Amino acid sequence: MNTFTLGFIVVIYLLAITYLGYLGYKKTKTARDYLLAGRDIHPFVMAMSYGATFISTSAIIGFGGVAAIYGMGLIWLTVLNILVGVFIAFIFFGRITRKMGHNLDAHTFPEFLGNRFQSKRIQIISGAVIFIAMPLYAAVVLIGGARFIESIFEIDFSIALTFFSLIIAAYVIAGGLKGVMYTDALQGSIMFLSLFFLLIYSYINLGGVTAAHEGLTNMANLVPESLSAKGHIGWTAFPKINSAWWWVLVTNIILGVGIGVLAQPQLIVRFMTVKSNRELNRAVIIGGVFIFVATGFIFTVGALSNLFFFNESGELAIQVAKGNIDLIIPGYIRAAMPEWFVYIFMLALLSAGMSTLSSQFHTMGTSIGRDFIENLFPKKKINSMLISKIGIIIAIGVSIIIGYQLPGSIIARGTAIFFGISAATFLPVYFAALYWKRATKKAATWSIVSGIAASAFALTFLHVKESAPLGICDAIFGQPTLATKFPWMIIDPILIAMPISIIVLVVITFFTKKISEEHLDKCYKGIK
Amino acid sequence: MFGINDPAIYLGYLMAIISLIACIVYGIINWNKGMEDSE
Repeated sequence: MNTFTLGFIVVIYLLAITYLGYLGYKKTKTARDYLLAGRDIHPFVMAMSYGATFISTSAIIGFGGVAAIYGMGLIWLTVLNILVGVFIAFIFFGRITRKMGHNLDAHTFPEFLGNRFQSKRIQIISGAVIFIAMPLYAAVVLIGGARFIESIFEIDFSIALTFFSLIIAAYVIAGGLKGVMYTDALQGSIMFLSLFFLLIYSYINLGGVTAAHEGLTNMANLVPESLSAKGHIGWTAFPKINSAWWWVLVTNIILGVGIGVLAQPQLIVRFMTVKSNRELNRAVIIGGVFIFVATGFIFTVGALSNLFFFNESGELAIQVAKGNIDLIIPGYIRAAMPEWFVYIFMLALLSAGMSTLSSQFHTMGTSIGRDFIENLFPKKKINSMLISKIGIIIAIGVSIIIGYQLPGSIIARGTAIFFGISAATFLPVYFAALYWKRATKKAATWSIVSGIAASAFALTFLHVKESAPLGICDAIFGQPTLATKFPWMIIDPILIAMPISIIVLVVITFFTKKISEEHLDKCYKGIK
Repeated sequence: MFGINDPAIYLGYLMAIISLIACIVYGIINWNKGMEDSE
C-alpha cells in the first residue's frame, strides 16, 4: 500500500470534514441550533445522517464478520432494519415525535419523555441511563476505528485512538448537531458507494450471482463439526429450528438489533431536526435505499467471503482470520479487492465510525449536560451549549477508558447489548408517549427503571455470554448462569427485560393518576 | 432460486426488496404532502 497516496486521500477527506464541521459551527447560534440543528435540516441530510449514525463500523466489520459465520440468514436483520428501522420508525414514530417534540419544546430524547409525562425525574433517569449504557456502544465503535487506523497506517494503537477521538471531538464540540449531520451526509454517501461497489465486484469475482450462491451452497459439508452440532447447516441456509445456533441468530442478532433501533436516543432526535412531515416522507426513500445497501450488501459479502477464501486457500473465512470475527471483512477487502478500492473502503470505514461516534458523543454530552446536570441544579442558570460541550468531553474520556478494557470479537456483541438495553428501557415508554394517552407519570418512571434493572439482571445472571465473563454470578452462586434450562441461557436479554418493562407500564398505569387533559391537548396539538 | 435452496433465505431477500419498494412507493406518493403543520 502506497503511504503517500493513502496520506493524500485521508488529508483530502479530513479537509472536507473540517469544512463541513466549520459550516455547522458558523450556522450554530442558539441552543436549538446546537441540540436540534435548528429544526430545518434538508431531508437528504436527515436521512443520510440517520443511516450513517445507525450503520457504524459495527454493522460493516462486526456484523459483516458475523454473516461470515452465520451465513445469509442475517438478511432478516436487513428486513427488520428497513421495515422497522426506516418504514415504521419514520412514518409511525417519526412524524408524531417531530410534532410532539415541537409542541413540548423538547431538545433531547430524555427531555421529550420528561415533558410528555411532566416529570423531571424521567428526564434525569433517562439521561443517566444513556450516559451509563452508551459508552459501551461508543467504545466498541471507537476501538473498531482505532484498530483499523493502527493496522492501515502501522502506528501505535494509543496514537490512533487519540487522533481518531480528537478529530471527532473537534467538529462535534464546535459544530453541534449541524456539524454532526452535515459530516454524516458526506460520510453516509462514501459508505453507500463503497458498499454498493463491494457487492457488485464480489459477485463478478465469483462468477455471477447464481454461480456464487451455488458455490456457497455446495460448501455446506464444510461446516465445522463444532458448529453443525449447534445447528449450523450451511451459509445459504437458516439454522436448524430450535437449535442453539437458531436462538442466537434470531434473538441476539436479528431481534435484538432489529427492534432496538426504534429506541435509539441518537436516532430519535433526528426526527426533531426537520421542519415538517414532508421532509420525513421524502427521507423514507433515501433512508430505505441506504439501509438496504449498507446492511444487505455487507451481510451478503460476509457470507460469500467463505467461498472466496475457500477457492483461494481451501480455508473458511474464520480460519483465515485466526478466529477473530472482527478481522474477516478487513482481511477479505485486502485479499479480494483491487488496491484502489482498499483506499476507498478505508474511507468508508472511517466514515462509518466517525458518523456513529459523533452522534453518540453528542447524545451522551447532551444527556449528561442538559438532561442530568441542568435538572439536578434547577435554580442555577446554566448555559445549555456550554454544559453540553463539557458533557461531550467527559463522554469521550469515558468511552476511551472503556475501550481499553474490551476483549476481541466484541464489536457486534457490544452493539447488540446497547440496542437491547435501549429497547427494554425506552421502547415501551416511548410507544406509550406517542400512542397511549392513558399512560401515567408513575407508570412511565417505573417502566424505565424496571427495564434497565431487568436488563442488568439478565446480563449479569442469565445470558451466559455476559454473565460468564463478568463472573458476578459465579462469585455469588458458584455457577456461570442461573439459567440452567435450554434455551434460557442463550436467549437475548431483550426478550426477558422488555416484556417486564411493558407489564410494569400497563399495570401501574391502571392504579395511578391520569395526566391532565389540558396537558395532553398541548402534547397532541396538531397531531391527527 | 438463484442458487439458494432454503426458502427462509430467499424469502428473506424477497422481503428485503419488498420493504425497500414499500419505502420508495410511500415516499413518492407522499412527496409533497405533510406541509400543513410545517411561525
